[in-house]
Amino acid sequence: MKTYIRSASCISPQKTFRNEDFLNDIVEYTGTRLSTIEPDYKEFIDPKLIRRMSHVIKMGVAAAKDCLNQANAEMPGAIITGTALGCIEDTTTFLTRIIEQNEELLPPTAFIQSTHNTVAAQVALMLKCHGYNNTFVHKGISFESALIDAIMLLREREADNILVGGTEEMVDSSFKILTRLGLYRRQPTSNLELLSTEAKGSMGGEGAAFFLLSDKASPDNVAELSSIKTLYNINDIEVGITKFLAESNLKPDDIDLVITGKNGDMKNDSVYNQLGSSIFKNNNIANYKHLSGEYSTSSSFALWLAANIIKSGITPQAIIETKVNPKATKRVLIYNHYQHKYHSLMLVSAI
Amino acid sequence: MGAITMLNTIHKGELPVAEVKLSNEELAAMTGLSPNTSRTALLSMVAAREALDDAAIPDFKLLRTGFVSANTVGGMDKSEDFFVDFLPDNNKGKLRNVFDHECGSKTEIVADKLGITDYLTTISTACSSSANAIFYGARLIKNDLLDVVIAGGTDALTKFTLNGFNTLMILDKQLCKPFDEHREGLNLGEGAGYLVLVSEKVAQTLTKPVYCKLSGYNNSNDAYHQTASSPDGTGSYLAMKGALEKSGLKPSDIDYINLHGTGTPNNDSAEGTAVKRLFDSHYPPMSSTKSYTGHTLGASGGIEAVFSVLAIKHGIIYPNLRFETQMSELPFQPETKFLKGQNINHVMSNSFGFGGNCTSLIFSRA
Repeated sequence: MKTYIRSASCISPQKTFRNEDFLNDIVEYTGTRLSTIEPDYKEFIDPKLIRRMSHVIKMGVAAAKDCLNQANAEMPGAIITGTALGCIEDTTTFLTRIIEQNEELLPPTAFIQSTHNTVAAQVALMLKCHGYNNTFVHKGISFESALIDAIMLLREREADNILVGGTEEMVDSSFKILTRLGLYRRQPTSNLELLSTEAKGSMGGEGAAFFLLSDKASPDNVAELSSIKTLYNINDIEVGITKFLAESNLKPDDIDLVITGKNGDMKNDSVYNQLGSSIFKNNNIANYKHLSGEYSTSSSFALWLAANIIKSGITPQAIIETKVNPKATKRVLIYNHYQHKYHSLMLVSAI
Repeated sequence: MGAITMLNTIHKGELPVAEVKLSNEELAAMTGLSPNTSRTALLSMVAAREALDDAAIPDFKLLRTGFVSANTVGGMDKSEDFFVDFLPDNNKGKLRNVFDHECGSKTEIVADKLGITDYLTTISTACSSSANAIFYGARLIKNDLLDVVIAGGTDALTKFTLNGFNTLMILDKQLCKPFDEHREGLNLGEGAGYLVLVSEKVAQTLTKPVYCKLSGYNNSNDAYHQTASSPDGTGSYLAMKGALEKSGLKPSDIDYINLHGTGTPNNDSAEGTAVKRLFDSHYPPMSSTKSYTGHTLGASGGIEAVFSVLAIKHGIIYPNLRFETQMSELPFQPETKFLKGQNINHVMSNSFGFGGNCTSLIFSRA
C-alpha cells in the first residue's frame, strides 16, 4: 500500500502560503528569530473568532483549510496534529495571570485554548468532522508521530483523506527560555548567513504545515510519502540511514536530493557534515532551517518543501548546499535530528 | 479524596482533590529519579515500572519496545515555580525547573529508565489522552512496528489545572457525585496508569497469563464546542458504537461500563444520553471510578483501563460512590454496590475530553 500526498499547505517565515513563486524571493531576517508571514485569516476563519484565537490556532486552521481546498476535499477522514509546545501563548498567558493575580479572578479563555489538542479540535469543530482526531506532543518527533498514525490508519483501512499537520508558535517567553538554554543565538545574524556562519545556537522559527494523505493513486497527487521512520538514541546514524533505505531496496546513491536539518549550530550540524563526506558524498544536498528557523515541528516545512520540489521539478536555489548530480529530482530523503537524540527519516518520491 | 494537603494553592481548604499522598522526595526514593524531577514523571515512573515488572516479559531487551505515554501539562508543576522568578526578570528563574517543561520530556525520562529502545511518543488530547495512547500503542503492535508497548498516561495536580477548571466553574466544592441528579461538578485528582501490551507472539512466551485483550477501540470527535459536550452526546455515542463495531460485539455483550462520569452536569448528561441511545433496554452495570480517584485528566484513561482490566480478572464491579438520586433524564442509574464473583467477559471504558475528543476502549477476556 502506498501513501500519497494529495495536497500540502504551509505557513512559514517565507512566502510559502499559496506558493506562487516557490522560494524564489527569499525573505531575509536579521536578528535571532524568524516569524511567520501571515495570510489573510478572514478567508478561513470567522472574524469574530479570529480575535480570540492565538497565533498557532489561526495558522493551524488556515493551513488545514487551505490544504483541503487545494485537493477539493471538503471533509477529511481523520485529523492528526503534532506540536511540541502546543498552545504556548495561551498557556503562558494563563500561567502569568495565576501568578500575578495570586489565583484570583482569572478569565477562563486562555485556559480553554491552552490544551495541546486545540488546533486539531478547532479544525474538527469548523468542519463538523466527527472522525478520528489525535494530537502528538513529543518534542522533535511530534509531527513524525502524527504521520505514523496517519499511515497506520490508511493501512488499517480505518480512514482515507487524512489531514496531518505540524504546528508550532514561538512566543517571547518560550524564545527567551530556549535562548537561555542555548538553542538559539544571542548575537544577531542574517538567516541568509545562518548556515555559513557556524556558531553556538540556531535562529528561532515557527510555522504550520498540513498535508492531505490518501492511499488512492491519482495523477493529481503531489508526491508519494514512501517511507518514514524515527530512531531513538542510535549509536551509528550511517547504519540507521543505510538500513532505512535498504528497507525500500535503495542505496544512498539512489537518492536525488538529501534535505538535512542543518541549523547553524556547530554541535547540531556536525553529523550532517560528516554524512556529507561519507554516505551522502555523491548526493545533492539541501538545507531549509535558514528559511524556516529552528522549531520542533520544522520537519513539516521540510516535507512541504520535498513534496513541492517533486511536483514542480524545481529545486529552489536558496536551499542548495551542494549540487553534484544534474539528474531530475524524483526521490528526496529528509533527515532531521533533534538534539542528537531523536532522528527522523522521510522518503518522498515522485508518483 | 479530601482537602488539599500537598498542592500549594489559595484553594486549600475550599476545593477537595484526590492527591497521591507521597511527597516528591518519597516518589524520588521509590523510583531512583532526582527529587527535582517533575511530579508528572515521578508518578509515571512508579506506575510504568510496576506495570512492566508485573508483565514479567522474558527477553524484554531483545524485543522491539515502545513507550506511549500521555499527559496534559508536562512539567507545569516545575514551570509554575520557574515563572515566579522569571516574570519580573526574564534572566532569572532556575533553568532546571523549566528545561524539560514539554510533555514529551516526561515520557522520555521514564522511557530511558525502563530501557525502551525503539519508539517513544506522547499524546495529548486533554482528558482522553491516555485512552488514545493505549490504542495507538496497540496499533503499533498490530502494524508490526513493535512487539511490546507500555501505554497509558500520567498527570500531577498543578495550580494551572486546578485554577483552569475552577474558572470554568465545574469543580464541586463537595466530593463529586457522578451520574447523580444533584451532581455539581468534578474533583481533580492525580496519578498514572499503564498497561503493558504485547503481540500474540510475545504473549505465547509469557510465563504468567495475560489479563485480557484489547478487543475494540474508537476515537471520534464531538465537533460541537471546545469544552462542552453536545446535548445528545454525539462524540461519546460514536466512540462507544465504533468500539463495539471494532470488537464485533453487541451492546448486550458488555458486562460493565467504566464511565467517563466526571460529575459535571454537562458530561454526565451527554454521556448518559449516548449510553441510552446505544444500550437502551440492555443496560449493563456501570460506574464512574472518578468517585474514588477524582478526575486525573491525562492519566484517567490509563487508570480506568487498569480498573477495567482488573474487573475482568477478579470478576468485580466497582460501586459508584455517593450516588443518591437517579438523573431525571435517564432511565438507568449507576451500580452502587460492590459486586464480586461476577462473570465479566467484556468491559467498556470511556474517556472524553476538551476539544470534543472522545475515545472508548473495550477489554475482553482472552
